[in-house]
Amino acid sequence: MHKIWLVTQREYISRVTNKTFILTTLLTPVGIILFMAVMVWVMSTGSDTQKKITVSDPSGLLRENLEGRSNQIFTFSAESIDSLIQTYQPGIVDGILEIPALKDSTAVNYTYRYHADEQLALDEMEAIEDGIEARIRQYKMIKLGLDSAALKKLDTKVNMDPVSVHEDKKVSSMTSVVSSVLGGVVGYAMFFVILFYGMQVMRSVMEEKVNRIVEVLMSSLKPFELLMGKVMGVGLVGLTQIAMWAILIPLAITLGSTFFGLDSEPAMPMSGQAAAAADVVGKRDIAMFLTEVRSMNWMLILPLTLFYFLLGYFAYSALFAAIGSAVGEDVNEAGSLTLPVMLPLMISMYIGLSAVNAPNSSLAIWASMIPLVSSVVMPVRLPFDPPWWQIAVSVISLLVFAVLLIWIAARIYRVGILMYGKKASLKEIGKWLFYKG
Amino acid sequence: MEVLSIQHVFKSYAGHKAVNDVTFSVREGTICGLLGPNGAGKTSLIRMITAITAADEGTILFRGEPLNHLHPNEIGYMPEERGLYKKMKVAEHLLYLAQLKGLTRDQAKQRVKEWLERLSIMDWRDKKVEDLSKGMSQKIQFIATVVHNPKLIILDEPFSGLDPINANLIRDEIFRLKELGASILFSTHRMEQVEEICEDIILMNKGKVVLSGEVTAIRNAYKEHAFLIKYTGVLPESHLNNRLTLIQPGKMKAQLHAGEKPGHFLGQLLQSGLEISGFEEILPSFNEIFIKKVAETNA
Repeated sequence: MHKIWLVTQREYISRVTNKTFILTTLLTPVGIILFMAVMVWVMSTGSDTQKKITVSDPSGLLRENLEGRSNQIFTFSAESIDSLIQTYQPGIVDGILEIPALKDSTAVNYTYRYHADEQLALDEMEAIEDGIEARIRQYKMIKLGLDSAALKKLDTKVNMDPVSVHEDKKVSSMTSVVSSVLGGVVGYAMFFVILFYGMQVMRSVMEEKVNRIVEVLMSSLKPFELLMGKVMGVGLVGLTQIAMWAILIPLAITLGSTFFGLDSEPAMPMSGQAAAAADVVGKRDIAMFLTEVRSMNWMLILPLTLFYFLLGYFAYSALFAAIGSAVGEDVNEAGSLTLPVMLPLMISMYIGLSAVNAPNSSLAIWASMIPLVSSVVMPVRLPFDPPWWQIAVSVISLLVFAVLLIWIAARIYRVGILMYGKKASLKEIGKWLFYKG
Repeated sequence: MEVLSIQHVFKSYAGHKAVNDVTFSVREGTICGLLGPNGAGKTSLIRMITAITAADEGTILFRGEPLNHLHPNEIGYMPEERGLYKKMKVAEHLLYLAQLKGLTRDQAKQRVKEWLERLSIMDWRDKKVEDLSKGMSQKIQFIATVVHNPKLIILDEPFSGLDPINANLIRDEIFRLKELGASILFSTHRMEQVEEICEDIILMNKGKVVLSGEVTAIRNAYKEHAFLIKYTGVLPESHLNNRLTLIQPGKMKAQLHAGEKPGHFLGQLLQSGLEISGFEEILPSFNEIFIKKVAETNA
């Protein structure tokens, strides 16, 4: 145990004092700010040039009023459309909007024309159409003698109030929103963390094999001790980096919005669920959202998520280490051998994402109990309060399978790190499992 | 007492017998040479002695006890293919390896300091390994091998890549450690080093021990009763016969019969009036013995 700890310390200290680590840890938040700034800039460039549009509305359908985007300036003209087209000069006027009369007050289709040498952007076109639609609606209401106050009474805002049947189950209108956000974030994070740091373990093993320190080490400690120390050391580095980002990134975003006047909302790429959730939050009470967050069973979710993360990370990175030991310096060979390990991880992430939408689908339920896949899928389902027996099956199966996998990986690693020259095939690696001592 | 005793040890890899019924022992406080061509099974054997791998069959006794997980802390191993972490600083690296050998941090610090001073490389302690020359790295590796005062030191080609000055420095350290009671198993291809350094040797070929024993005894056993005679003046041609052959003017080789007394032979030569300035037995070099034995076992 002492030697494992020594290896863990070395791995940890040599990594966190490495310039690359310090730079990536500090520069990622800066990178996020830059990304935000670029996104905001990109998104705003399309709309910053002013568009001068002349409107010809002889029938007075719009009643000299049209609302478009802020960069669109509409000028109503009494001139005939033909003369407007004849005097059209790009640069002075960007386009001419021809509004034909609405022949029938009950028409459901209406077509207008836009005369210009330059096509309007999609969002600009949509803005004009929305504006016209609103005006036509008002026009129709007057023509049909409808009272707008009476019409408003026809609209009903519908909200669901979920009520739990059993007292021990808590449901609220926010449950699924909060669970989706939480599940989605956890699922993504698990995937990337396992992949990123697992790969680091592999590279570290390859490096030790290539620079030949491994034989010196092997005369001092067991391969299993070296493997475990390495996996733990890199894991701690991962936790350190995540913890620092958890502080630095929100700080960077806050600073970014304060100093550069960046609006983080459109710049942050959000998944469908997160966007929907953010939308909902905007409409409803934020306090309700927070209450829901607080009322979640964190005593169960936090330790279990950590458990799934740790076991998933250990099992996958032990496998990555085994691959690293088998290939040595051949990076291409490493690529082809990592595929069988990456595959279940990729599949887990996709199942995890679908589980956010349907946490109780049979796919999600089964996947959350299949070892390895469960390390990504179950944390996604945890906020949705899955039955305890599914958690139990999932925990036990993952535990057993992870121990088995680590054992297999350690046996491959033990032989692999001392093998030089020969390229190891999968069949050969299989044989290593049964080598004595 | 024997520091190491190998008894009928076997090790196979994928059907290939890397070590095939090997038996020998290393006496305490001696330097024992482990020789053999590439692929003879030396590394496989050393890996079993250092508990990196386990023997398929047979027993390895370390100071009279069957090899266990604590023994590697009393063994220092410098492999032929050796490396260091490039990004680590010298002292930090040595400290890490010393602690892996069971020293406490304080002990390790003390010993590392002593060794860096002894090899006059204290100024290098804060340099990164990647900035070291090959010879300097070799010194660091040597320190890493002996820093925990091992009872048994296994050195695989310790002089490769060293210039003559540093090679002498390391050789002197090996002798000093031996004087302090350590036993050394010394694996090499360089036969002149064997003659110079080792007291005992084990010659392996194709997984088996083909020759073992004390260096002087082996050389005596392989001697061919030949003597080198140095003389001055002109050698009368009548002196040369099938037993006396000229090597170059002033030097000739005498081939005696087994059991013939060299003193008697020398007396006869002196009586003939030849001015003799030197008379010494030609012992076979280890290179010759090595090549001869390997050829015999390959046949």
